[in-house]
Amino acid sequence: MAVGAASGRVPDVESLREYERRLEETTLRPVLVTSSWYWVLVGVLLAVIGVGVYAWTTQLDNGLVVTGMRDRVAWGLYISVFVFFVGISHAGTLISAILRVTKAQWRTPITRIAEFITVVALVCGASLIVVDMGRPDRLLNVIIHGRWQSPILWDVLAITTYLTASVIYLGIPMVPDVAYFRDRMASMGHRTRAAFYRFFAIGWEGLPGQVKALSRAVGVLAIIIIPIAVSVHTVVSWIFGMTLRVGWNSTIFGLLFVAGAIFSGIATLVIVMALLRRIYHLEEYITKVQFVNLGYLLAAFTLIMMYINLSEYLTTGFKLEEGEEFLFRQLFLGQFAGLYWFYFIGGLAIPGLIILFKRTRTIAGIVTAAVLVDVAMFAERYFIVISAQRVPLLPYEPFDYMPTWVEWSIFAAAIAFFILLIAVFVKIFPIMAVWEMVEERKLLGRDGESAAPAPDAVRGRS
Amino acid sequence: MTIATALLIGVVVVLTLFFALRVLLSRRVRGGRKEGSAPSEDLQPDEAILSGDRRTFLKVVGIGGLSVLPAVALPAVFNSEAGVASTESPATGPGGRIRQWTMIIDLRSCDGCQSQDSPPKCTTACIEGHLAPEPMEWIQVFEEELEGGGTRFLPTPCMQCQNPPCVNVCPVGATFSTPEGAVLIDQERCIGCRICMAACPYDRRFFNWSDPPIPPEALLADYSPDHQIPATKGTVMKCDMCPDMARAGTLPYCSQACPNGAIYYGDLEEDIATNGREIVSVSRFLTTNNAEVLKEHLGTKPRVFYIPGHGEAVGRDPFTEGREPTEWPWVQRVEGSQTWSR
Repeated sequence: MAVGAASGRVPDVESLREYERRLEETTLRPVLVTSSWYWVLVGVLLAVIGVGVYAWTTQLDNGLVVTGMRDRVAWGLYISVFVFFVGISHAGTLISAILRVTKAQWRTPITRIAEFITVVALVCGASLIVVDMGRPDRLLNVIIHGRWQSPILWDVLAITTYLTASVIYLGIPMVPDVAYFRDRMASMGHRTRAAFYRFFAIGWEGLPGQVKALSRAVGVLAIIIIPIAVSVHTVVSWIFGMTLRVGWNSTIFGLLFVAGAIFSGIATLVIVMALLRRIYHLEEYITKVQFVNLGYLLAAFTLIMMYINLSEYLTTGFKLEEGEEFLFRQLFLGQFAGLYWFYFIGGLAIPGLIILFKRTRTIAGIVTAAVLVDVAMFAERYFIVISAQRVPLLPYEPFDYMPTWVEWSIFAAAIAFFILLIAVFVKIFPIMAVWEMVEERKLLGRDGESAAPAPDAVRGRS
Repeated sequence: MTIATALLIGVVVVLTLFFALRVLLSRRVRGGRKEGSAPSEDLQPDEAILSGDRRTFLKVVGIGGLSVLPAVALPAVFNSEAGVASTESPATGPGGRIRQWTMIIDLRSCDGCQSQDSPPKCTTACIEGHLAPEPMEWIQVFEEELEGGGTRFLPTPCMQCQNPPCVNVCPVGATFSTPEGAVLIDQERCIGCRICMAACPYDRRFFNWSDPPIPPEALLADYSPDHQIPATKGTVMKCDMCPDMARAGTLPYCSQACPNGAIYYGDLEEDIATNGREIVSVSRFLTTNNAEVLKEHLGTKPRVFYIPGHGEAVGRDPFTEGREPTEWPWVQRVEGSQTWSR
């Protein structure tokens, strides 16, 4: 009604319906229309995964001797990639939970994408742990003989809990959107597909009671998932922090890993959302606002990361206990110097500057910054894991670890699996939280003075 | 030990979460209806449908929440056989007290077998006795620089820590401390995660990166963590302090093989140790000779003690001008050859 007066862009009920309809069509399009490029992508990804699977069978046959790891450096690329993946899984938590709790409204169009990333990254990360095991056939020993005193068990508990919570947190807010898919599929005569969506829609009819229960559940989940997410990367860091090794024996590791996780999570989200926006023409919904705001967060985290680095390396470097000098030399001057300075300059300083200056604070600039951050964070995970193990603990020559083709193939397969899962997800589930975006629009309207629009605007059967 | 507690905590946490969510949700629905935030609509007519939906909804949330339960409770359920793999019953000394095995390495008598013109005998005897797979050296001898120049030799078995970082981090209790004070590994339980290797501050753990070569006689052995024969792919191994040999009344392979009698083995409880030639009182021997442990500041409390020295008791000169660092023959051995073949 007469709400337009308050601020120019507040919609009335009619244009709200129009907006919703457009939005629904946009989210439905990837599910209904698949270009041949999609199949090309899937084919390439499957090929890469195939190579990785072949590499893994080689490893299963011959043992971990086919990797570059040996007794002196017993953890290598696999563990680094695991840490990296669990890190980017924090994208979802930050965007959908922390920003939801703080009521940042620009986040709604990208919450779904962020939650996809969370679930998919956790699946990829967890599988790498199995790949790294010397005896994957004894995986169940962790449950049969598990000791709660071990950091590994903390990880198992934290990651399974986080995965469960993330799946629920992905599924619950998706219920109304899936219900729309269900209705559309039914009306188009796709019976199996409709049945599929009926399962995920758990009887959603858009009744006011359901709406209330849903928003309440989402609110509760958003709060529950924050401590879970923080705990996950904290205990991942404690796998290293609970040892006496120079370079790992640090009290700040939990903080460093959680901050790094959110940092790389934001970067991954920026990249994925830029790609999906481009491919599925979401420009109307995912605008520069999202990029700029995530860019600001990214810039803030570059400073946080620099601060934690300073704090870690100054407190240890100042005292220079046994072994620290060796660590510092290889990190800042020696064989890890390239990685370290790329991380510090290319991954922290330059992305911060790109976002600082208005001229470069464009979508392209922010995506560039995000790519730099992701690569740099991977480098960081790698040198944190490897460099500490390279410090000799007894009088022997340091061992130089170099990943073999098996490790690189499995690494590539993990990345491909990550992309593939997102690609599959996009084809099945709504990529934007239509329901929440409409709610948000409605709230904008209500801020004027009009009464709430009829509840069936949320979504009844059409 | 804490089976019941862990189970209880798991169940209570999950149930609390479940009911908290339930109460919150139901209150919300009731409150919402009372307030009637949607006055323009007819009030929700059908109570049955509403509560039915809510129930389905809650069921899904609840089942999701419950799926966390197994991770919480399962180890406790299965753990009835305790976290520790089985070994023989501990050896006892006078008065029925449990033996506390210890090893004392007298560096004054160690010349790295330079006088023997051979690789260190302790290392080779250990490899042959345990049929340890190439290239593991459970008791490895390092040549270490001394502060004033020159070198000394340092044989390093597993330190058998009494505050063992490896045992503390093992997720499955495959590595464990025995009542006799040794740290053993159960290769039938080890999952090969290698966190113990990351945690060991002495780098005294070795991994079977590939299928270890199994000599025929190893197949006859009855596997026990006490001797770790036969070796298994994908598991961790290390010096086990030969508790089975001690129980049988013999010295470990390394001690037996040392031509200079540098390795003493004994029982802290009975305060006695021997290198096979002389018998010493452990406490007097350690104190009067200023015994040390490696990396004492870490607080790992090793059971392996060192008497400082550089081979002077066997006439070794630490300063040998222009000598290249010692390289043991098997460093250049071709790949695939087997150390235990003799």
